[in-house]
Amino acid sequence: MPILSYLVLPQDGAMDQLCSDLANMDYCEIIPADNQEVVVLVTDTPDEKVEKTLQETLKNLPSLQSFSMTYGHNAV
Amino acid sequence: MKLNRRSFIKSAAAGSAIAAAGSIFPGISFANWKEQQDPSGQITWKKAPCRFCGTGCGVLVGVSGDRAVAVKGDPNCSVNKGLCCVKGFHVVQALYGKDRLRTAQVRRGGKMVEVPISEALDIIAAKMKETIKQTGKDSVAMYGSGQWTIPDGYVASKLFKGCIGTNNVEANARLCMASAVTGFMTSFGIDEPMGCYEDIEHADVFVTWGNNMAEMHPVLFSRMLASRKRRKNVQIIDLATRSTRSSQASDRSILFKPNTDLAVANAICYEIIRNDWVDWDFVKKHTTFHKGKTNIGYGTEDHFKFKDAPEDISFEEYKEFLSDYTPEKVEKISGVSALEIKYLASLYGDPSKKCTSFWCMGMNQHVRGTWINNLVYNIHLLTGKISTPGNSPFSLTGQPSACGTVREVGTLTHKLPHGVVMKEEHRKMAAEIWDVPLANIDPKPTYHTVEMFRALDRGDIRFIWIQVTNPMITMPNLNRYRNGALKDDRFIVVSDVYPTPTTDVADVILPAAMWVEQEGMFGNSERRTQHFDRIVPGPGETMSDTWQIIEVARRLGYEKQFPWGEDEYIGKIWEEYRRFHDSPKHNMAPYTVLKKRSGVQWPFVDGKETRWRFNSKYDPACKPGSDFDFYGKKDGKAWIWARPYEPAAESPDEEYDFWLNTGRVIEHWHTGTMTRRVPVLHRAVPESYVEIHPEDAMNLGVTNGEMVKIISRRGEVTMKASINGRGNPPRGMVFVPFFDETYKINEVTLDAFCPISKQPDYKKCAVRLEKA
Repeated sequence: MPILSYLVLPQDGAMDQLCSDLANMDYCEIIPADNQEVVVLVTDTPDEKVEKTLQETLKNLPSLQSFSMTYGHNAV
Repeated sequence: MKLNRRSFIKSAAAGSAIAAAGSIFPGISFANWKEQQDPSGQITWKKAPCRFCGTGCGVLVGVSGDRAVAVKGDPNCSVNKGLCCVKGFHVVQALYGKDRLRTAQVRRGGKMVEVPISEALDIIAAKMKETIKQTGKDSVAMYGSGQWTIPDGYVASKLFKGCIGTNNVEANARLCMASAVTGFMTSFGIDEPMGCYEDIEHADVFVTWGNNMAEMHPVLFSRMLASRKRRKNVQIIDLATRSTRSSQASDRSILFKPNTDLAVANAICYEIIRNDWVDWDFVKKHTTFHKGKTNIGYGTEDHFKFKDAPEDISFEEYKEFLSDYTPEKVEKISGVSALEIKYLASLYGDPSKKCTSFWCMGMNQHVRGTWINNLVYNIHLLTGKISTPGNSPFSLTGQPSACGTVREVGTLTHKLPHGVVMKEEHRKMAAEIWDVPLANIDPKPTYHTVEMFRALDRGDIRFIWIQVTNPMITMPNLNRYRNGALKDDRFIVVSDVYPTPTTDVADVILPAAMWVEQEGMFGNSERRTQHFDRIVPGPGETMSDTWQIIEVARRLGYEKQFPWGEDEYIGKIWEEYRRFHDSPKHNMAPYTVLKKRSGVQWPFVDGKETRWRFNSKYDPACKPGSDFDFYGKKDGKAWIWARPYEPAAESPDEEYDFWLNTGRVIEHWHTGTMTRRVPVLHRAVPESYVEIHPEDAMNLGVTNGEMVKIISRRGEVTMKASINGRGNPPRGMVFVPFFDETYKINEVTLDAFCPISKQPDYKKCAVRLEKA
């Protein structure tokens, strides 16, 4: 039951779209910065398989420029 | 409502990401992270000042059930406007180390035994009575801290100075802020900065004097960087003895040889006068010129005494004094090129530029700390760049309430909450407010901090109660003072939240409530008093330091002076304390106002905070009709001092050929007792190290991470070398952070101090190095 957090950067001009995309995805909670184009993403998935699928989805998200992990915990 | 483990981990994950963002993107804010729903309920947010440094950032503590689970910057606090540094973002985790002290302990048969706290308090009171009876009132002492809340320090002063009648009250702010105090007192006749943090948004030039703000005051440094980014014409000049992260982020980094900042400051003044950049109207109306004693010693011997003898001088005599400090002469002393000195003078001297100088330990932990404070004030006074927005000589503090508790409450041997013990009118005021006989308050100061621990070693002090500080790590020349504390007929009481090398020498340990486990107030660097409620319960039998003192005071028979109930005592103490400052020069906000706001600046007059003191546009205490009024001095004029360059107490020689400089890193606070128990911070910098210049390391045959022995005339420490790390000392200097109790670097340092402030110099002593 992994819990991870990321810093996520949007493509140019796509901050609102990125927030909308992430907020509508399963297992995702977001905290957007209010003065810079940076989003904190916390993911809470039931198992590693779902986590890997979610990461693939994130990699292919058009509004997302890059994301880097800041915290990882594989809760049991 | 309880937070489950899973939601706690999610909260930690979010907090970690926010902390990472804070270090990567200066100025980033997540103020909209207002609430989190989880299966067990909603997190509620309550305001507090951060527990760590003297910046005084406002934080919002997220509470679920009885536990603090998250933290974020308080957007309503003007200090940090929603920002936090990496320590601030993890501050609540410092509450929950596995080895929190939960019960009182008493030494019996050489071993510490757990006892009910009431029994420990009985033992303390009985031991105090016995010691006073056998060896006199001046053989008992209290040693506190700039991390004491204001009520903690106030009741300590009231008990020891007012009731017992000894001036044996000191605090560790003597080790970090005393030179700032004596600097203010000698230049202005009154303590604490004239400016405020809003200066950062107004200044065009910042000069940081021996002050690594990027690591020690990161939120204020972020505000400086943001101002530079926004306004384009802003410059930051880092004037220091080693290269740091602040140097890297500055527009210009200038290195000077240790202790020669005195000569550099005088050379800047020489240039200002030579180029006629003096604001003559300001100087003639608002300043006078003075000199004091020279060759004043270093205080390394017991019973050292010094009293300055100020003399008036003329401007011409001051100008003549400065002729020894031409840029070309000072280049030879300091290593700073004449061109760089002229450049600095041109910045301060340009009437179109607003200049703010920041300093902290580099100028204060200095054997001529008072003098260098005076000399930087000289620069601002000669150019009239003071007490106006953006023009500020600004001494920053290192602890959350060094100003609030130590400087304002007066928890130093010579001080009272208003004034000093030597003056009868100040003693009368204290006796009246405290409801004690005037004769109780001794007019003679006893021991400053270094001398207090020397007195403990000698046996002049037999009982000492230490609260919220860790002197068995922080005292310079530590071996002597630890051995003194361990002597058989000494009785040591320590109130703390975790085991430390200081609890190791204790006869009684009291488990203290920490930060938001109690109600209290801190006072930050910019005269801002910050109230916090008791937000979560402390573990076990933990008790606030204030209440511990009250309990002992009552056992000593002082019920009348300490009558308050547990549900009201902080508010009652505040309102009693506030009577000491009832004047437009220092009025404090009422308790009800403090409860509501994220900090209130004093003087608080007619419902308004005072941003810039001594300037009649902003400060109602100024004489009507004046533009500036330095009312700490009887004639309303600030003092410009002729203070010479004198060398450090100990300089490198053939046998001990390196300077040792000590200090801090951003991840850890002071001796690391709190931050080393926060996993993220501990993992970031798990142990201390010695920074060495690459060429010195090569000559020594040491590579990065190899062990180096640092040896002085007093002790030695062996630790890993850091070469080309985050800080880079020049050739001939090493730097060691002191947060790690595994490496007691203060066994190596020297207990020399500024003869005026009595503040030790942790930045300069001589050592030699060996490959271990």
